[in-house]
Amino acid sequence: MSAGFLGAALLLALGAEPGPAAPVRMGSKAFVESEVLGELGRELIASEGIAVEHRRALGGTRVLWEALARGDLDAYPDYTGTIAREILGGASSSALEALRAALAPRGIGITGSLGFEDTYALGMRPGVARRLGIRTLSDLARHPELRFGFTNEFLDRADGWPALRERYALPQREVRGLDHDLAYRALAAGQIDVTDLYSTDAEIRRQGLVVLEDDRHAFPEYQAVFLYRLELARRWPAAVAALRRLEGRIAAADMIDLNARAQIDRQPIEEVAASFLRRRLGVAAAARGEGLGARLWVRTREHLELVVSALALALAAAIPLGIWAARRPAAGQWVLSVVGVVQTVPSLALLVFMIPLLGIGTGPAVAALALYALLPIVRNTHAGLTGIAPELLESARSLGLSPWARLGRVELPLASPAILAGIKTAAVIAVGTATLGALIGAGGYGQPILTGIRLASVPLILEGAVPAAAMALLVQGLFDALERVLVPRGMRRGAKRPG
Amino acid sequence: MRSRGHAQEPTVEPILELRGALKRYGPGAAVGPIDLAVPAGRTLALIGPSGAGKSTVLRLMLGLLLPDQGEVRLAGTRLDPDDDALRRRYGYVVQGGGLFPHLTAGRNAMLVARHLRWDRRRMAARLEELSALARLPADVWGRVPAELSSGQAQRVSLVRALFLDPDLLLLDEPLGALDPITRAELQDDLRAAFQELHKTVVIVTHDLAEAAFFADELVLLRDGRIAQAGALEDLVRAPAEPFVSRFVRAQRGLHLPDGA
Repeated sequence: MSAGFLGAALLLALGAEPGPAAPVRMGSKAFVESEVLGELGRELIASEGIAVEHRRALGGTRVLWEALARGDLDAYPDYTGTIAREILGGASSSALEALRAALAPRGIGITGSLGFEDTYALGMRPGVARRLGIRTLSDLARHPELRFGFTNEFLDRADGWPALRERYALPQREVRGLDHDLAYRALAAGQIDVTDLYSTDAEIRRQGLVVLEDDRHAFPEYQAVFLYRLELARRWPAAVAALRRLEGRIAAADMIDLNARAQIDRQPIEEVAASFLRRRLGVAAAARGEGLGARLWVRTREHLELVVSALALALAAAIPLGIWAARRPAAGQWVLSVVGVVQTVPSLALLVFMIPLLGIGTGPAVAALALYALLPIVRNTHAGLTGIAPELLESARSLGLSPWARLGRVELPLASPAILAGIKTAAVIAVGTATLGALIGAGGYGQPILTGIRLASVPLILEGAVPAAAMALLVQGLFDALERVLVPRGMRRGAKRPG
Repeated sequence: MRSRGHAQEPTVEPILELRGALKRYGPGAAVGPIDLAVPAGRTLALIGPSGAGKSTVLRLMLGLLLPDQGEVRLAGTRLDPDDDALRRRYGYVVQGGGLFPHLTAGRNAMLVARHLRWDRRRMAARLEELSALARLPADVWGRVPAELSSGQAQRVSLVRALFLDPDLLLLDEPLGALDPITRAELQDDLRAAFQELHKTVVIVTHDLAEAAFFADELVLLRDGRIAQAGALEDLVRAPAEPFVSRFVRAQRGLHLPDGA
């Protein structure tokens, strides 16, 4: 019945309130070192008794910087060279004082160096480097046949491949864009010969890679620092003071060790950070040693929040759109096309489009998922309404029911099996697509999947993928049950129309 | 042709009137122009072969279709397609019954009354009254249309059409798809109901015998126009055109009036 139908939609909408946000939000980029630094920062701030959350592995520099500038984040770790070239657009100096002066007008503060430099470098397998006699970046120019595989960010950054190619006049044309961790594996497998590294990468030690000397100084300095909102220093001066405790405390060797523990020994990043703080700063950091159950519970809530809010939003928009499309055939074709085009945008791209509009976190993820859920609901509402037998429509008209009464008492109930099927499709798709929400800091089952991909840890990937699949099955079952309750008896599958 | 040719009946004020009503269906194809007056309290049958325009004329009468030329008046008022209240003065039995599959028979019958917020007791009383008229047992009202026989579905559709006590009852091929026994039973019950109700009835059928069984006046349509209107004996004795004779002769087993 239509009343039950609307009631269910309303329940969905009411259940979708976001949880309270922690007062201080730390972010990190999508690689292990940044996550470790972010976690160090989080635990130090938490040790001051300040509630703080760490939105891990949000993406690249652009995403983090925009989130910080908008106020979606209060602090995140970055590197001086990156700030100078990428954020300030080639400001002449990457010296700390110059950066501090340039950032202050934008409301952003910067800590001192944390004690190590993580510069870009290029690395090769030792066998190949030895055979070709390559020791420096200049040597690369003599071997145009070498296959380069770079991280996508390095390929695009002003201080990355473009600067390098120009400085050393490199002739290589076969350059592929890869994920950072995949690049190491491609290198080990011999699919590429040269890749970009961070000088503190654990893999350098593990694979015994040759790091080529930057003999013409193409790469600027990359001192690790925290960027924070100056407004945070006013609201929570203790939080900024806590971050500054890390200044000068992490040597390059420490960082390689921390990265190795996380990446190679597969220790949880929380524990890696907590044990460092205990050993070096004597901070009894509470490594939230949450068990699997607690983690699953939190992620399930986050995931459900994404799916339920997105579905509620989509329902509120899609059902009226579907009705309108069915009533006005000319406009209807237009509506269906536009909604169809939205569906063809890759979900990852749609999420990224949301960042400049809505920032990072749950909001933009919900908006992207809702846009994605539109098509099946609009299309099925339209098909359900236009597929009603003409004699029934005539019957309703001839009874003297007003257009709204016809819609509510006759047309929507008759279309309800189709509409419900559309909502079911949308819900199952949303459960799957919501795993991508972790890319923009919305949490959910995508979080362990992303971390698992980065760490090449199958158990971590399964920790996200298995519950996501289970939730999709549950949603399917829930809608099958809902169909038995909501679809009127005379309309259920198997019931035939009177002859 | 107007119905005033009926000498034995006193002239009655028409409740429904088509004046030069014409509905076009693309170039060269049209129904009408039709002039027809339906006197109050009488039963009129629209007959004719398939495609003659019977259903179109019925829809023009109901205001479900607007004429491209001419006009249709109900009790002197020109029909307005958006006037839902005016439409409630009609009871319409759609071809095939037109029952809503998602509602029980009772909900189907009471749909508009519920929408108009009749109180429960009034609806129950009306349902009981019409159950007797339509010879329906009380246990059908809880069933959905898929659980009704086709004869029962037609009777429920009749109850739904009569629920608000309309001035006019229009039926589109109400007995079209029924088996002979069900059909004969329903014919008897329908005629008894029409006589009891004293309502104006317009019934569409392609069966001359059925038309004569129900109606005082037959309107024979051919190619969207009235070929002849009158009592069955007029059609038999004084056919207005050869088509009328052909149509009459084609109905086998018809008990023609004396002298035919």
